[in-house]
Amino acid sequence: MNKIAVGLLFGLILGAIDGATAWFYPEVRPMLTGIMVGSSIKGMIVGLFSGWFARKVQSTSWGVVVGSGLGLLFAFLVAAMDAAKGKPHYLEIMLPGFVVGAIIGFLTQRMGTRALAGRRAL
Amino acid sequence: MELSDSALDHLRRVVALPDLSGTRYELESEIGRGGMGVVYAARDRVLGRRVALKVLDITPLGEARLIAGLEHPAIVPVYEAGTLPDGREFYAMKLIKGARLDHYVGGQPTLAERLRVIWRVGEALAYAHSHGILHRDLKPQNVMVGEFGEVYLMDWGVDAIAGTPAFRAPEAVLDRRSDIYALGALLRFLLRDPKPPALAAIAIKAMNMDPAGRYSEVTALLADLERFEQRLPVEAWPEPLWHRLYRFASRNAVLLWLLAAYTLVKFLIFFLRKF
Repeated sequence: MNKIAVGLLFGLILGAIDGATAWFYPEVRPMLTGIMVGSSIKGMIVGLFSGWFARKVQSTSWGVVVGSGLGLLFAFLVAAMDAAKGKPHYLEIMLPGFVVGAIIGFLTQRMGTRALAGRRAL
Repeated sequence: MELSDSALDHLRRVVALPDLSGTRYELESEIGRGGMGVVYAARDRVLGRRVALKVLDITPLGEARLIAGLEHPAIVPVYEAGTLPDGREFYAMKLIKGARLDHYVGGQPTLAERLRVIWRVGEALAYAHSHGILHRDLKPQNVMVGEFGEVYLMDWGVDAIAGTPAFRAPEAVLDRRSDIYALGALLRFLLRDPKPPALAAIAIKAMNMDPAGRYSEVTALLADLERFEQRLPVEAWPEPLWHRLYRFASRNAVLLWLLAAYTLVKFLIFFLRKF
Protein backbone atom coordinates (compact mmCIF):
# COMPACT_ATOMS: atom_id res chain seq x y z
CA MET A 1 0.00 0.00 0.00
CA ASN A 2 1.44 3.38 -0.91
CA LYS A 3 1.73 6.25 1.57
CA ILE A 4 -1.15 8.27 0.16
CA ALA A 5 -3.47 5.27 0.56
CA VAL A 6 -2.16 4.81 4.12
CA GLY A 7 -2.90 8.48 4.83
CA LEU A 8 -6.42 8.23 3.37
CA LEU A 9 -7.17 5.03 5.30
CA PHE A 10 -5.92 6.24 8.67
CA GLY A 11 -7.41 9.69 8.08
CA LEU A 12 -10.79 8.03 7.53
CA ILE A 13 -10.53 5.78 10.59
CA LEU A 14 -9.05 8.32 13.02
CA GLY A 15 -11.34 11.08 11.72
CA ALA A 16 -14.37 8.86 12.29
CA ILE A 17 -13.22 7.96 15.82
CA ASP A 18 -12.48 11.61 16.60
CA GLY A 19 -15.93 12.56 15.32
CA ALA A 20 -17.54 9.74 17.31
CA THR A 21 -16.24 11.25 20.55
CA ALA A 22 -18.89 13.94 20.04
CA TRP A 23 -21.25 11.33 21.50
CA PHE A 24 -20.02 12.42 24.94
CA TYR A 25 -21.61 15.83 24.37
CA PRO A 26 -25.37 15.35 24.60
CA GLU A 27 -26.18 18.65 22.89
CA VAL A 28 -24.58 17.54 19.61
CA ARG A 29 -25.62 13.86 19.67
CA PRO A 30 -28.43 14.41 17.14
CA MET A 31 -25.79 15.60 14.65
CA LEU A 32 -23.36 12.75 15.35
CA THR A 33 -23.53 11.19 11.88
CA GLY A 34 -22.83 14.52 10.19
CA ILE A 35 -19.95 15.24 12.58
CA MET A 36 -18.42 11.79 11.92
CA VAL A 37 -18.69 12.20 8.15
CA GLY A 38 -17.22 15.71 8.29
CA SER A 39 -14.44 14.64 10.63
CA SER A 40 -13.63 11.64 8.39
CA ILE A 41 -13.41 13.88 5.32
CA LYS A 42 -11.13 16.26 7.24
CA GLY A 43 -8.96 13.32 8.33
CA MET A 44 -8.77 12.00 4.77
CA ILE A 45 -7.68 15.40 3.43
CA VAL A 46 -4.97 15.61 6.12
CA GLY A 47 -3.99 11.99 5.29
CA LEU A 48 -3.83 12.77 1.56
CA PHE A 49 -1.42 15.67 2.05
CA SER A 50 0.57 13.88 4.76
CA GLY A 51 0.90 10.81 2.53
CA TRP A 52 2.05 12.97 -0.38
CA PHE A 53 4.58 14.66 1.91
CA ALA A 54 5.81 11.27 3.20
CA ARG A 55 6.50 10.22 -0.40
CA LYS A 56 8.72 13.24 -0.85
CA VAL A 57 10.39 13.52 2.57
CA GLN A 58 11.48 10.58 4.70
CA SER A 59 11.55 12.00 8.22
CA THR A 60 9.34 10.97 11.12
CA SER A 61 9.86 14.32 12.87
CA TRP A 62 8.90 16.34 9.83
CA GLY A 63 5.98 14.00 9.16
CA VAL A 64 4.62 14.69 12.65
CA VAL A 65 5.18 18.45 12.26
CA VAL A 66 3.51 18.63 8.85
CA GLY A 67 0.66 16.32 9.91
CA SER A 68 -0.07 18.32 13.03
CA GLY A 69 0.13 21.57 11.08
CA LEU A 70 -2.32 20.28 8.49
CA GLY A 71 -4.57 18.90 11.21
CA LEU A 72 -4.59 22.28 12.93
CA LEU A 73 -5.27 24.14 9.69
CA PHE A 74 -8.22 22.00 8.60
CA ALA A 75 -9.59 21.84 12.14
CA PHE A 76 -9.48 25.64 12.17
CA LEU A 77 -11.44 25.78 8.91
CA VAL A 78 -14.06 23.40 10.32
CA ALA A 79 -14.23 25.34 13.60
CA ALA A 80 -14.60 28.61 11.68
CA MET A 81 -17.51 27.16 9.67
CA ASP A 82 -19.03 25.94 12.93
CA ALA A 83 -18.56 29.37 14.53
CA ALA A 84 -20.31 31.02 11.59
CA LYS A 85 -23.40 28.96 12.45
CA GLY A 86 -23.52 30.26 16.02
CA LYS A 87 -21.72 28.91 19.06
CA PRO A 88 -17.93 28.57 18.42
CA HIS A 89 -16.04 25.37 19.44
CA TYR A 90 -12.50 26.31 18.44
CA LEU A 91 -10.76 24.57 21.34
CA GLU A 92 -12.88 21.39 21.15
CA ILE A 93 -12.24 21.00 17.43
CA MET A 94 -8.72 22.37 16.90
CA LEU A 95 -6.85 20.75 19.78
CA PRO A 96 -7.84 17.12 18.98
CA GLY A 97 -7.49 17.91 15.25
CA PHE A 98 -3.90 18.97 15.90
CA VAL A 99 -3.06 15.68 17.66
CA VAL A 100 -4.94 13.52 15.15
CA GLY A 101 -2.99 15.25 12.36
CA ALA A 102 0.26 14.43 14.19
CA ILE A 103 -0.76 10.75 14.45
CA ILE A 104 -1.64 10.62 10.76
CA GLY A 105 1.67 12.31 9.89
CA PHE A 106 3.53 9.76 11.99
CA LEU A 107 1.72 6.77 10.48
CA THR A 108 2.29 7.90 6.90
CA GLN A 109 6.02 8.09 7.62
CA ARG A 110 6.18 4.69 9.28
CA MET A 111 3.87 2.71 7.01
CA GLY A 112 3.34 2.25 3.31
CA THR A 113 5.76 2.26 0.40
CA ARG A 114 7.36 5.30 -1.11
CA ALA A 115 7.04 6.17 -4.81
CA LEU A 116 9.72 4.75 -7.11
CA ALA A 117 12.44 7.26 -7.98
CA GLY A 118 11.99 6.69 -11.68
CA ARG A 119 10.69 4.23 -14.18
CA ARG A 120 12.83 1.22 -14.77
CA ALA A 121 14.53 1.31 -18.15
CA LEU A 122 13.20 -1.25 -20.55
CA MET B 1 84.95 -11.26 24.90
CA GLU B 2 81.52 -11.72 26.41
CA LEU B 3 78.40 -10.11 25.02
CA SER B 4 75.70 -8.76 27.29
CA ASP B 5 72.17 -10.20 27.14
CA SER B 6 70.78 -7.05 25.56
CA ALA B 7 73.47 -7.12 22.89
CA LEU B 8 72.67 -10.78 22.18
CA ASP B 9 68.96 -10.00 21.95
CA HIS B 10 69.71 -7.20 19.52
CA LEU B 11 71.86 -9.50 17.41
CA ARG B 12 69.13 -12.14 17.38
CA ARG B 13 66.59 -9.56 16.22
CA VAL B 14 68.87 -8.26 13.48
CA VAL B 15 69.62 -11.76 12.22
CA ALA B 16 65.90 -12.58 12.20
CA LEU B 17 65.06 -9.53 10.08
CA PRO B 18 64.04 -10.46 6.56
CA ASP B 19 66.51 -9.92 3.78
CA LEU B 20 64.70 -7.58 1.40
CA SER B 21 67.66 -6.95 -0.89
CA GLY B 22 66.66 -7.26 -4.51
CA THR B 23 62.99 -6.72 -3.69
CA ARG B 24 60.92 -3.58 -4.18
CA TYR B 25 60.41 -3.27 -0.42
CA GLU B 26 62.21 -1.30 2.24
CA LEU B 27 61.76 -2.45 5.85
CA GLU B 28 60.31 0.05 8.30
CA SER B 29 59.26 -1.66 11.53
CA GLU B 30 57.78 -4.80 13.02
CA ILE B 31 54.01 -4.66 13.47
CA GLY B 32 53.13 -8.02 14.93
CA ARG B 33 54.23 -11.56 15.48
CA GLY B 34 52.15 -14.70 15.21
CA GLY B 35 52.43 -18.44 15.02
CA MET B 36 52.98 -18.43 11.28
CA GLY B 37 55.35 -15.53 10.92
CA VAL B 38 56.09 -11.87 11.50
CA VAL B 39 54.34 -8.88 9.97
CA TYR B 40 56.39 -5.79 9.13
CA ALA B 41 55.52 -2.34 7.89
CA ALA B 42 57.47 -1.75 4.70
CA ARG B 43 57.64 0.78 1.89
CA ASP B 44 57.02 -0.23 -1.69
CA ARG B 45 59.73 1.78 -3.51
CA VAL B 46 58.16 1.26 -6.94
CA LEU B 47 54.69 2.54 -6.09
CA GLY B 48 55.76 4.75 -3.20
CA ARG B 49 53.25 3.35 -0.73
CA ARG B 50 53.41 1.64 2.62
CA VAL B 51 52.44 -2.02 2.80
CA ALA B 52 52.22 -4.79 5.36
CA LEU B 53 54.74 -7.52 4.68
CA LYS B 54 54.13 -10.90 6.20
CA VAL B 55 57.23 -13.06 6.33
CA LEU B 56 56.39 -16.70 6.95
CA ASP B 57 58.40 -18.96 9.20
CA ILE B 58 56.99 -22.34 8.43
CA THR B 59 53.78 -22.13 6.48
CA PRO B 60 53.93 -22.09 2.72
CA LEU B 61 51.96 -19.44 0.85
CA GLY B 62 48.62 -21.16 1.41
CA GLU B 63 47.18 -18.26 3.38
CA ALA B 64 48.18 -15.73 0.72
CA ARG B 65 46.56 -17.81 -2.01
CA LEU B 66 43.53 -18.26 0.21
CA ILE B 67 43.09 -14.51 0.77
CA ALA B 68 43.98 -13.58 -2.80
CA GLY B 69 41.04 -15.67 -3.96
CA LEU B 70 38.65 -13.61 -1.86
CA GLU B 71 37.66 -10.11 -2.89
CA HIS B 72 35.65 -8.50 -0.14
CA PRO B 73 35.75 -5.08 1.56
CA ALA B 74 36.45 -6.73 4.93
CA ILE B 75 39.25 -8.99 3.67
CA VAL B 76 42.70 -7.43 3.34
CA PRO B 77 43.82 -7.47 -0.32
CA VAL B 78 47.08 -9.25 -1.14
CA TYR B 79 49.33 -7.29 -3.53
CA GLU B 80 52.14 -9.73 -4.15
CA ALA B 81 53.65 -12.98 -2.92
CA GLY B 82 57.11 -14.46 -3.37
CA THR B 83 60.32 -15.75 -1.83
CA LEU B 84 62.93 -13.57 -0.15
CA PRO B 85 66.68 -13.95 -0.86
CA ASP B 86 67.00 -15.61 2.57
CA GLY B 87 64.62 -18.34 1.39
CA ARG B 88 61.65 -17.36 3.47
CA GLU B 89 58.34 -16.84 1.78
CA PHE B 90 56.44 -13.58 2.09
CA TYR B 91 53.43 -11.74 0.88
CA ALA B 92 52.64 -8.04 0.74
CA MET B 93 49.21 -6.74 1.57
CA LYS B 94 47.39 -3.51 2.33
CA LEU B 95 48.66 -1.82 5.49
CA ILE B 96 45.70 -1.18 7.75
CA LYS B 97 45.83 1.90 9.95
CA GLY B 98 43.68 1.31 12.95
CA ALA B 99 43.33 -0.78 16.07
CA ARG B 100 42.96 -4.46 16.79
CA LEU B 101 39.49 -5.27 18.05
CA ASP B 102 40.71 -6.08 21.57
CA HIS B 103 42.27 -2.59 21.71
CA TYR B 104 39.33 -0.94 19.93
CA VAL B 105 36.89 -2.01 22.66
CA GLY B 106 39.06 -0.17 25.19
CA GLY B 107 37.82 3.05 23.59
CA GLN B 108 34.30 2.26 24.85
CA PRO B 109 32.53 2.07 21.48
CA THR B 110 28.74 2.14 21.60
CA LEU B 111 26.68 -1.04 21.27
CA ALA B 112 25.73 -0.01 17.73
CA GLU B 113 29.41 0.38 16.81
CA ARG B 114 30.28 -2.99 18.33
CA LEU B 115 27.42 -4.67 16.50
CA ARG B 116 28.56 -3.05 13.27
CA VAL B 117 31.93 -4.80 13.72
CA ILE B 118 30.16 -8.16 14.17
CA TRP B 119 28.13 -7.41 11.05
CA ARG B 120 31.21 -6.68 8.94
CA VAL B 121 33.03 -9.76 10.24
CA GLY B 122 29.92 -11.88 9.67
CA GLU B 123 29.54 -10.63 6.12
CA ALA B 124 33.18 -11.47 5.36
CA LEU B 125 32.75 -14.94 6.88
CA ALA B 126 29.55 -15.57 4.94
CA TYR B 127 31.32 -14.52 1.74
CA ALA B 128 34.29 -16.81 2.47
CA HIS B 129 31.97 -19.71 3.33
CA SER B 130 30.17 -19.24 0.03
CA HIS B 131 33.57 -19.85 -1.58
CA GLY B 132 34.17 -22.94 0.55
CA ILE B 133 36.79 -21.23 2.73
CA LEU B 134 36.88 -21.23 6.54
CA HIS B 135 38.66 -18.73 8.74
CA ARG B 136 39.45 -21.25 11.51
CA ASP B 137 41.02 -18.71 13.87
CA LEU B 138 38.52 -15.92 14.44
CA LYS B 139 39.36 -13.90 17.56
CA PRO B 140 39.61 -10.19 18.52
CA GLN B 141 43.34 -10.14 17.73
CA ASN B 142 42.53 -11.05 14.11
CA VAL B 143 40.03 -8.26 13.54
CA MET B 144 41.23 -4.75 12.71
CA VAL B 145 39.06 -1.65 12.91
CA GLY B 146 40.37 1.08 10.63
CA GLU B 147 40.52 4.82 11.20
CA PHE B 148 37.23 5.38 9.42
CA GLY B 149 35.40 2.47 11.02
CA GLU B 150 36.24 -0.03 8.29
CA VAL B 151 36.64 -3.59 9.54
CA TYR B 152 39.14 -6.17 8.30
CA LEU B 153 39.34 -9.84 9.06
CA MET B 154 42.96 -11.00 9.15
CA ASP B 155 45.05 -14.15 9.55
CA TRP B 156 42.95 -16.68 7.77
CA GLY B 157 43.86 -20.02 9.30
CA VAL B 158 45.05 -22.80 7.09
CA ASP B 159 45.97 -25.43 9.67
CA ALA B 160 43.37 -27.87 10.90
CA ILE B 161 44.68 -27.46 14.43
CA ALA B 162 44.38 -23.68 14.29
CA GLY B 163 42.18 -21.73 16.65
CA THR B 164 42.46 -19.92 19.97
CA PRO B 165 40.94 -21.85 22.92
CA ALA B 166 38.37 -19.26 24.06
CA PHE B 167 37.14 -18.78 20.50
CA ARG B 168 37.67 -22.25 19.13
CA ALA B 169 34.75 -24.64 18.69
CA PRO B 170 35.09 -27.87 20.70
CA GLU B 171 34.74 -30.24 17.75
CA ALA B 172 37.88 -31.85 16.35
CA VAL B 173 36.97 -31.41 12.71
CA LEU B 174 36.26 -27.80 11.88
CA ASP B 175 33.58 -26.72 9.45
CA ARG B 176 31.59 -23.56 8.82
CA ARG B 177 29.70 -24.03 12.09
CA SER B 178 33.05 -23.79 13.87
CA ASP B 179 33.44 -20.28 12.45
CA ILE B 180 29.87 -19.55 13.62
CA TYR B 181 30.92 -20.64 17.12
CA ALA B 182 33.86 -18.23 16.98
CA LEU B 183 31.60 -15.43 15.72
CA GLY B 184 29.29 -16.07 18.69
CA ALA B 185 32.33 -15.93 21.01
CA LEU B 186 33.34 -12.66 19.37
CA LEU B 187 29.84 -11.28 19.96
CA ARG B 188 30.00 -12.37 23.60
CA PHE B 189 33.41 -10.71 23.89
CA LEU B 190 31.97 -7.43 22.62
CA LEU B 191 28.95 -7.37 24.93
CA ARG B 192 29.18 -5.30 28.09
CA ASP B 193 27.01 -5.57 31.20
CA PRO B 194 24.10 -5.25 31.32
CA LYS B 195 23.95 -7.51 28.29
CA PRO B 196 20.74 -7.25 26.25
CA PRO B 197 19.17 -10.71 26.80
CA ALA B 198 18.38 -11.15 23.11
CA LEU B 199 22.01 -10.54 22.12
CA ALA B 200 23.29 -12.81 24.87
CA ALA B 201 20.92 -15.51 23.57
CA ILE B 202 22.25 -15.09 20.03
CA ALA B 203 25.82 -15.58 21.32
CA ILE B 204 24.78 -18.61 23.38
CA LYS B 205 23.02 -20.22 20.43
CA ALA B 206 26.02 -19.61 18.16
CA MET B 207 28.29 -21.17 20.81
CA ASN B 208 26.23 -24.29 21.38
CA MET B 209 28.57 -27.18 22.15
CA ASP B 210 26.61 -29.29 19.68
CA PRO B 211 27.21 -27.91 16.17
CA ALA B 212 23.69 -28.96 15.17
CA GLY B 213 22.29 -26.60 17.82
CA ARG B 214 24.05 -23.57 16.33
CA TYR B 215 22.93 -21.37 13.49
CA SER B 216 23.23 -23.32 10.27
CA GLU B 217 24.71 -20.35 8.39
CA VAL B 218 26.41 -17.08 9.30
CA THR B 219 23.63 -15.29 7.45
CA ALA B 220 21.08 -16.80 9.88
CA LEU B 221 23.01 -15.29 12.79
CA LEU B 222 23.19 -11.93 11.00
CA ALA B 223 19.45 -12.10 10.34
CA ASP B 224 18.86 -12.53 14.07
CA LEU B 225 21.13 -9.54 14.76
CA GLU B 226 19.16 -7.50 12.25
CA ARG B 227 15.93 -8.47 13.98
CA PHE B 228 17.44 -7.28 17.27
CA GLU B 229 18.43 -3.94 15.74
CA GLN B 230 14.93 -3.50 14.34
CA ARG B 231 13.51 -4.34 17.77
CA LEU B 232 11.84 -7.47 16.48
CA PRO B 233 11.85 -10.83 18.30
CA VAL B 234 14.99 -12.88 17.69
CA GLU B 235 14.90 -16.59 16.91
CA ALA B 236 17.43 -17.42 19.61
CA TRP B 237 15.30 -16.16 22.49
CA PRO B 238 11.67 -17.00 23.32
CA GLU B 239 11.04 -13.67 25.04
CA PRO B 240 8.70 -13.38 28.02
CA LEU B 241 5.53 -11.31 27.83
CA TRP B 242 6.94 -8.37 29.80
CA HIS B 243 9.79 -8.04 27.35
CA ARG B 244 7.43 -8.28 24.38
CA LEU B 245 5.40 -5.40 25.82
CA TYR B 246 8.56 -3.42 26.56
CA ARG B 247 9.82 -3.96 23.01
CA PHE B 248 6.46 -2.93 21.55
CA ALA B 249 6.43 0.21 23.68
CA SER B 250 10.00 1.17 22.83
CA ARG B 251 9.39 0.48 19.14
CA ASN B 252 6.20 2.54 19.08
CA ALA B 253 7.04 5.13 21.71
CA VAL B 254 6.12 8.15 19.55
CA LEU B 255 2.78 6.68 18.56
CA LEU B 256 1.95 5.77 22.17
CA TRP B 257 2.84 9.30 23.31
CA LEU B 258 0.63 10.79 20.61
CA LEU B 259 -2.29 8.53 21.55
CA ALA B 260 -1.80 9.44 25.21
CA ALA B 261 -1.73 13.13 24.26
CA TYR B 262 -4.98 12.71 22.29
CA THR B 263 -6.69 10.98 25.22
CA LEU B 264 -5.45 13.66 27.62
CA VAL B 265 -6.68 16.45 25.35
CA LYS B 266 -10.11 14.85 25.08
CA PHE B 267 -10.37 14.40 28.85
CA LEU B 268 -9.27 17.96 29.55
CA ILE B 269 -11.74 19.42 27.08
CA PHE B 270 -14.54 17.23 28.39
CA PHE B 271 -13.99 18.20 32.03
CA LEU B 272 -12.96 21.84 31.49
CA ARG B 273 -16.13 22.70 29.55
CA LYS B 274 -18.16 21.97 32.68
CA PHE B 275 -16.55 24.91 34.49
